[in-house]
Amino acid sequence: MKTPKFTYHAPRTVAEALDVLAEHSTDAKVLAGGQSLVPVMAMRLASPAHLVDINRLTDELSALEVDDAGVRIGALVRHARLERDEAAAARVPLVGQALRHVAHPTIRNRGTTVGSLAHADPSAEMPTVLALLGGHVVARSVRGERTIDAADFFVGPMESCLGYDELAVSAWFPAPEGRFGTAFDEICRRHGDYAMCGAGVVAVLDEAEQYVSLKLSLVSVNDVPEVLDLTEVVRGTAYDEVDHAALGDWVRDRIDPPGDLHASADFRRHLASVLTKRLTREAAARAITTTEGARA
Amino acid sequence: MTSTDHTDVGEQHLEVRLRVNGMPRRVELPVRRTLCDALRQDLGLTGTHVGCEHGVCGACTVLLDGEPVRSCLMLAVSAEDHDVTTVEGLTEPDGRLSPTQQAFVDCHGLQCGFCTPGFLTTVSAFIEENPDPTPEEAREAVGGNLCRCTGYQNIVASVLRAAEIQKERATESTEGSDA
Repeated sequence: MKTPKFTYHAPRTVAEALDVLAEHSTDAKVLAGGQSLVPVMAMRLASPAHLVDINRLTDELSALEVDDAGVRIGALVRHARLERDEAAAARVPLVGQALRHVAHPTIRNRGTTVGSLAHADPSAEMPTVLALLGGHVVARSVRGERTIDAADFFVGPMESCLGYDELAVSAWFPAPEGRFGTAFDEICRRHGDYAMCGAGVVAVLDEAEQYVSLKLSLVSVNDVPEVLDLTEVVRGTAYDEVDHAALGDWVRDRIDPPGDLHASADFRRHLASVLTKRLTREAAARAITTTEGARA
Repeated sequence: MTSTDHTDVGEQHLEVRLRVNGMPRRVELPVRRTLCDALRQDLGLTGTHVGCEHGVCGACTVLLDGEPVRSCLMLAVSAEDHDVTTVEGLTEPDGRLSPTQQAFVDCHGLQCGFCTPGFLTTVSAFIEENPDPTPEEAREAVGGNLCRCTGYQNIVASVLRAAEIQKERATESTEGSDA
């Protein structure tokens, strides 16, 4: 359980980091929190020849900015810091709701949210949240900078569209528009484990408390986070007249989850249905009763 | 941090400076050495225990700038210029056991003791952050640490007792300074 040998780089600026990545390209890997990369290397599932440690780039990559439109985080914002940020929680509550389910607090002290996105694990919470909110990742390389929408960012299990020479420098989690409520939960064998199934929901209601839109995304069900749009099923219906169990059935009939050691495909379908029923109700109730959707 | 030539070993070594339990330390090591291995092998601090080596068991938990982290998931070279507190650094300056250590003794929070260093560091940080935890919060706080022999009931009781002792000592020191 020791990592293979590698050459260690500790750049002092982002520009320096990008130079190293450009030089070593396919042989290099970025080290941020290391909560996924280090065990993957220790188990010899990855053996990059060059490791680019970005942890010293705090001046350039530690920003956490919240404005009316949403939350932007730099690549060195640890899960724990984002989770505790009250302004972020007030503006985009789904982020904090999901972060509480990311591993254990000790892991969240070190792991970074942008790193989790780049790792693109289908069992991870934050890629699902980014997809559900329609956020984006900003990637930089010596070739320049580009903004990648969540819908394009994840291309396969454990695979993002980041180029070998690119560094994900920040991520953007937009706040839903209108009178919204969100909810996130997952079902695990033990709290803190990978979810057998998880789900996030964003519900938007109008002044008459009727649905304007309803979206859901699942964890541990698809190879890449997929957003299920239930708007057509509920549009114009008052939130308390919706048959939430029927929404669960609707979702169950539209997914094709994998079966594995942790849960069979049928069990995952069942869990997705249960979570849909619970969370759609919870998200809509929050849109009504809390001020989280009260955007002036 | 300066690079040194170790071509005979065929592996990059670096000299790293960090503070461990308040003491400045300087150590030369292979760049792939994890913080837990550096603490144990290079600094002789064998109080930090290495269990699963992939972040699951929590035995290797140390405090990095006061916050619990898995020392098996951190390269020692990444700890440069940081403060590391291991279980050896938890005792009070006068040599007395810390509130958390005393609570684990009082409540029989350990049996074989293998997992204990990780619990002690985790709980020490937790009661600083949450000085008055509920039983549920205490349980959640140790959710990322595995124990295979003591059983969690006594450990959860130890967390609650640790918070009590911390409060008792804070009162004592206030009264002491009034006298």
